[in-house]
Amino acid sequence: MTDMNSLAQAQQEVVDEFAMFSDWQDRYEHLIELGKDLPVIAPEKKTEENIVRGCQSRVWLNAEHKNGLVHFTADSDAMITKGLVALLVRVLNDRTPQEILNTPLTFIDAIGLREHLSPNRSNGLVAMLDQMKRYALAYSSKS
Amino acid sequence: MKSAAVQPAINVEEIRAQFPILKELVHGKPLVYFDNAATSQKPRRVIKAESAYYATINANVHRGVHTLSTKATEAQEAAREIIRKHINAKHAHEVIFTSGTTASMNLAAFSLGQLLLKPGDEVLISEMEHHANIVPWQMACERHGAKLKVIPVTDSGELALGSSDHLIDQFSDRTRILTISHVSNTLGTINPVKELIAEAKKRGIITVVDGAQAIAHLDIDVQDLSCDLYAFSGHKAYGPTGTGVLYGREELLERMPPWQGGGEMIDVVTFEKTTYAKLPFKFEAGTPHIAGIIGLGEAFRWMEDYDFAFAKASAERGKSAFAAHEHMLLEHATKELLAIDGLRIIGTAKEKVGVISFVIDGVHHYDLGTLLDQQGIAVRTGHHCTQPLMERFGVSGTTRASFACFNTIAEVDALVAGVKKAVKMLR
Ligand SMILES: Cc1ncc(COP(=O)(O)O)c(C=O)c1O
Repeated sequence: MTDMNSLAQAQQEVVDEFAMFSDWQDRYEHLIELGKDLPVIAPEKKTEENIVRGCQSRVWLNAEHKNGLVHFTADSDAMITKGLVALLVRVLNDRTPQEILNTPLTFIDAIGLREHLSPNRSNGLVAMLDQMKRYALAYSSKS
Repeated sequence: MKSAAVQPAINVEEIRAQFPILKELVHGKPLVYFDNAATSQKPRRVIKAESAYYATINANVHRGVHTLSTKATEAQEAAREIIRKHINAKHAHEVIFTSGTTASMNLAAFSLGQLLLKPGDEVLISEMEHHANIVPWQMACERHGAKLKVIPVTDSGELALGSSDHLIDQFSDRTRILTISHVSNTLGTINPVKELIAEAKKRGIITVVDGAQAIAHLDIDVQDLSCDLYAFSGHKAYGPTGTGVLYGREELLERMPPWQGGGEMIDVVTFEKTTYAKLPFKFEAGTPHIAGIIGLGEAFRWMEDYDFAFAKASAERGKSAFAAHEHMLLEHATKELLAIDGLRIIGTAKEKVGVISFVIDGVHHYDLGTLLDQQGIAVRTGHHCTQPLMERFGVSGTTRASFACFNTIAEVDALVAGVKKAVKMLR
């Protein structure tokens, strides 16, 4: 389904979705709900290798290269982090490595969750984003 | 000044008015600052003293013959003297300026390691130590083939000391150094350091105290404690960041080799041999954080004016007026937080400062901290640089509120309401 629209369009959809919420509580409640719908990583993929280390919350990320597209599954032990992870997966999942590498990610800023990417958060999110791009880069040289 | 019979009390509104930052809004809400154990906020007098140095007397210390250098040197040395008086050191040159507790501990571990440690010797620490009082000693042990021994912690967060006939079971005939926190940053526990030091002394063991969490809350008297070294950070005691102190007993400091080499710490330098400057300069290589030190002196003057003056006149010596106020906040917070379903306090020692660490079933501390921040409430979440202690309690981290003199009961109520709201969103 996601291949019907571009990464840029998917970002815009998220931005529009969050524009409906006027206060922090609704925004965070929505984020927590999104976390619950995350395509969760299979238990056997929750390996030490797949841990993206942040100091405070842990993120697991698995990537596979199928039919030229990168497929991500993930999880986190904190609900807000999990919601953010879900957003990243939703936007980046099942796209070509080139699209992942070439499209600037602007939606996190635009929906007012930028603070989660700041270095004091140590929530694994920045590391996760780096890791996703690294997978894309590795697959792009293969295809 | 109050008479001895009067309970120490402070006027919180008067105190609050002196902290400019308390007028800031966070996410559009009044700031509730409960992260004082990480760093305390600064009163206007401290901020002014630091900027006045730059605006009027900025010059390097101990170097020039010119007027500004004289004034800067005098201001820095005045700060040393006020700190000496505050902690009741015998001599001002026993007060060494560092960049914080971490630097103080690295100095202590490097230099004492060099002086004392031989293969097979032991350094005794505790399970509740901050990484700053673990890692430098681990490094020293590695360098000298010595071993780190650890005093365990009980379920209530107190040191698991000895059986009936001796205070400490963990001393051996190879123990050379005991290094222990006066107050735990994660649990709030006040450790019986005076008794421990007395026991250590009987065995000729050198004693080091990490006073980072004690300096702003307890009335520190290094001669009464009888410790060899005492470390603290300025920024946790209403002073500027980048400042700290290592107090050391003169006789020991004289024997300790320097840690860092450079300018200020030398007497004569030739390429064959360098002789070192006198105390305290032997341990103060390079240009110090002059502005910060002057600000730190002002922070101690400020504490003397508002806090310890009451304590010194009151019957309850050893506890400051600020500490009494913070204790009242702690009791209120403890009672109210415990009423929350599934909440458990980590650190329930009898003797505590105003620090409350807790975990809640089914709630990750990262989520809780984030949702409290949205409500303008600043707490610390995570392992608080005490990973072995987290392991001991079987948790990955806690949420910690730590109180200062300017906090109020209404703020504690805001925290409790904020936690309840967050828990509702997360469950
Ligand atoms: C008990 C304890 N020791 C040492 C430190 C390190 O202090 P600093 O970071 O100021 O060097 C801290 C600070 O968190 C502390 O709480």
